[in-house]
Formats: sequence, structure tokens, C-alpha cells
Amino acid sequence: MTDSRWITAAPWLWAIGLFVLWEGSVQVLDIPVIILPAPSDIWVATVKYWSPIWKNSVQTLYTTVVGFIMAVVGGMALGLAIGWSRSIYAGLYPIMIGFNSIPKVAVVPILVIWFGIGTIPAVLTAFLIAFFPIVVNVATGLATIEPEMEDVLRALGAKKHDIMLKVGIPRAMPYLFGSMKVAITLAFVGSVISESIAANSGLGYMMQLAQSQFNVPLVWAGLVALAVLGIIMYALMAWLEMRMTGWAHRGNRS
Amino acid sequence: MTGFVDLRDVRLTYGGAADGTLALDGLTMSVQKGEFAAVVGPSGCGKSTLMKLATGLIAPQNGTIEVAGHEVDGPVSVAGMAFQNPSMLPWRSSLANVMLPLEIVQPHRSKFRSEKQAYTAKAEALLELVGLKGFGDKYPWQLSGGMQQRANLCRALIHDPALLMLDEPFGALDAFTREELWQVMRDLHAEKGFTTILVTHDLREAVFLADKVFVMSARPGTIIREREVPFERPRPIELTYESAFNDIVHELRDLIADARAAA
Repeated sequence: MTDSRWITAAPWLWAIGLFVLWEGSVQVLDIPVIILPAPSDIWVATVKYWSPIWKNSVQTLYTTVVGFIMAVVGGMALGLAIGWSRSIYAGLYPIMIGFNSIPKVAVVPILVIWFGIGTIPAVLTAFLIAFFPIVVNVATGLATIEPEMEDVLRALGAKKHDIMLKVGIPRAMPYLFGSMKVAITLAFVGSVISESIAANSGLGYMMQLAQSQFNVPLVWAGLVALAVLGIIMYALMAWLEMRMTGWAHRGNRS
Repeated sequence: MTGFVDLRDVRLTYGGAADGTLALDGLTMSVQKGEFAAVVGPSGCGKSTLMKLATGLIAPQNGTIEVAGHEVDGPVSVAGMAFQNPSMLPWRSSLANVMLPLEIVQPHRSKFRSEKQAYTAKAEALLELVGLKGFGDKYPWQLSGGMQQRANLCRALIHDPALLMLDEPFGALDAFTREELWQVMRDLHAEKGFTTILVTHDLREAVFLADKVFVMSARPGTIIREREVPFERPRPIELTYESAFNDIVHELRDLIADARAAA
């Protein structure tokens, strides 16, 4: 195999290697299933509980994606506002930092009081947790326009909105897509937190229920399902990033 | 006041008039229409500040600045600017980069969509003039530094500015490319006849290109000498090896050395 084919195969080889090591360690050390199930146990559980895993995965994916889309739209809007105006930046940034420092798990009960349990708090938790990196990145992209570029355009009589439209916003796009990769995985965290505390469906709920029944292989099957969803969504964002802002990753292309 | 660009008794302080840094003080200079002027001086003497003043990006605390017969009280749209950093936008092709000013400055802005073909042809002609024929659809990061700087000059000139402001545009290039671009610049100026102010620390560059070289003092910057460069145009690059040329370069060098020592 050539080098590049090894690199293409590497993620699969490493994943398989990890599972083999895991399986072997559990067998050799004779670890009880309740402490650490072997991949084979998890596989058996996955097959056995395929229907609930699938149904709850769809629910978690749904709340995550809706929350994530809200975070992208809201984050872009606020990021633009913050990057646009120094006074909005000065006023809003400390509040945002404070807000972001609040553990989202502490917000879920409040959301439940407002909206009841289920889908809405999960969506909102995903939104709240994924929102911040998008705002910060979009604002950074706007705030770091080269001063020379700004001078060139201002000397032509360009107004602030011209500079934003022609330079700032296209320039912020790689930052936006980069932050979307971070935000999508955070959105999963938000959804699952909320589902674990207050929901009747979703992977978080399923794992909570399985745990209370000491069905440890199913808990782990839920974790694996989350990891798979996370990888798929991350890959989708990475693909979108390449598609939309390939010019910013020219080293990989030319 | 008879020049195309006139600065009279200009003072500028950065960071507050009372306790800020005095960048320029009592600076007076005048550049005639169509003239190529160069500004040289020790580093940190406020050469770049001068650029921003003349294009109306910043306002002086004292003195008056006139461009094309009007007192400057905001950005002057008759100016094109090029800096050492080509600052091409990486998501636009070279051609689209060159055409950017047309999307901003009037009257081109309102006609941009309807007359896009004519503008594209104009940009391509300009690219050809600087030796970038056929590179219009390349992205800036596919071009070498010298080629980017050529495209940068095209962008500064696409809207036919009456005034071209250059801030060390060739400073980051290797010696051969730089000399090549001096000739490109010389030919552009000969063909289009715009007034040019070139800020540079390269004295040979200043003497080769300019009709008139202004020497600035150390901070606070002011004009300590205005030196005419008498060589006939068009000037061949071989001129830079002649003794008359080097005499002027030495003269300027001594002036700047004195200015540095005085600081």
C-alpha cells in the first residue's frame, strides 16, 4: 500500500486495534460486565436493543441538530453584531462570558419549569452550549480584518457596511465553519445532558433507564451510538467547511 | 497653493493632543499634477502617517491639506492606495480582486452590474499592462509575491484615480523582482499620468522613479529637503548604475544619516 492509502485506512485500523485491545483486556483480566463490558457484549446488546437504540438515536439527533441550527443562526447574528460595533462588543462580551460559565446542567431544571420535560429543553440546552464558540469565532473573523485592507477601501469612500460585506463576512466564514465543528459536538453534549435529567426519549434518557436496571451493556451501547453520531456530524461539518471555504485550506488542495 | 496635493504646516499627534506622540509637525509639501513624488526618511518618521493624511483617513490637528483643489475633510475617493502587504482577498480571483474598488467607488458602483463586461475587459487590460496577462482567474495565493504586488497595483489603479499613494509597495520583494516592478511602475505612470506619492526607505527606488524626492526628519517628522531628480524620462534601469544617479542617492543618504543623528 502507498502512504496515502495507509493514511486513509488509519482511522479504521486504529479503531479496530482499540476494540481488539479492549476485548482482549476484558477477557484476560476477567473484568465483570457491570464494570466494563467487552465490545462483544456491547455488540450483542446493540443487536438485541436495536429498535430502542435507533428510535432514541433519531430523537437525540433531532434535538441536537435543531439546537445546533438555532446556535448557528443566532451565533452568526450576534457574532456579526459584536464584530461590527465596538460598543456592542464592550457591552455584551462580559455578559456572554458570564453566561457561558454557567454549567448548562444547572439551566435544565429552569427550562423544565418553563417548557416541561422532553424535546424543547433538550433543543434549548444544545443551543445554549453550542452558541458561544460560534459567536466568538464569527466576531474574531470580523475583528481581524487587515488594517491595510480597511485603509484601501476606506480611502475609496467605503462605508462600514461595504467593508463588512466585501471583506468581513467572507473573511469570517472559515472561522464560522471551524467553530461549527466544535459546536456540533457540544450540541450533542447539551442534548444528552437534558435528556438524562428530564425526558422520556433520547439516548440520554435510554442510558439513564438502562443504568437504573443495571443493564450496563446497553448503557455502553448508548455511548457508542453517541460517538458514532458525533463522528458522522463532525465529518459532515468538516466536509461542508472544505466545500464552502476551500480557499482557506489551500495547503490541502493545491 | 497651486499643487495637486498640498500639505501646509501640518501637525499630527497620536493618542491625544496633550500627552500623545507627536508624529508630524510643521510639515509642508506640494506635489504638482502628474508629478511622481517620493518621500524618504529615517524609520518611524511618520511617512505612513503622511499617506493617511493625504488620503483623508485621518485628520491633522493643525494645518491644511488640499487634494485636487479641495480641502480634505474625509476620505478622498480620487486616490488609489497600495501597501507593502498586497492584502489580496484569498476568496476572490485576481481579476475579482482588481475589480473590487469598482464595487465601492462611485460612479462605477452603480454601473457595476450593467457594465460588468466593460469593467472586466478594463481589468484584464490593466493586468496585461503589468505583465499578468492570463492570470486573472488565478487566486492570489497561487501567485508569487511579485505577481501579487502587480495585481495590487492594478487594484489601486482600476478606478483611474488621479492620485496614487504607495507605501513601500516593493519593500518585501527580492532585488530582481523589485527592479522589475520599478519598471512596471515607471511605465504605468508614463502611460496614465496620475499623480503619485511613493513612501519608501529605498533611496535608489525613490531616485529612479520620482521627479522629486522629499526627505523627512526624524520624529516629529517634517520636510528637511526637497530634491529634484533631473533625469530624463523614460529612464532605463541602467541609469541606476550611473554615477550621476548614485551621487543623488548618496546626497539623500547623508541627509537621512544626519537626521537620524539629530534625533
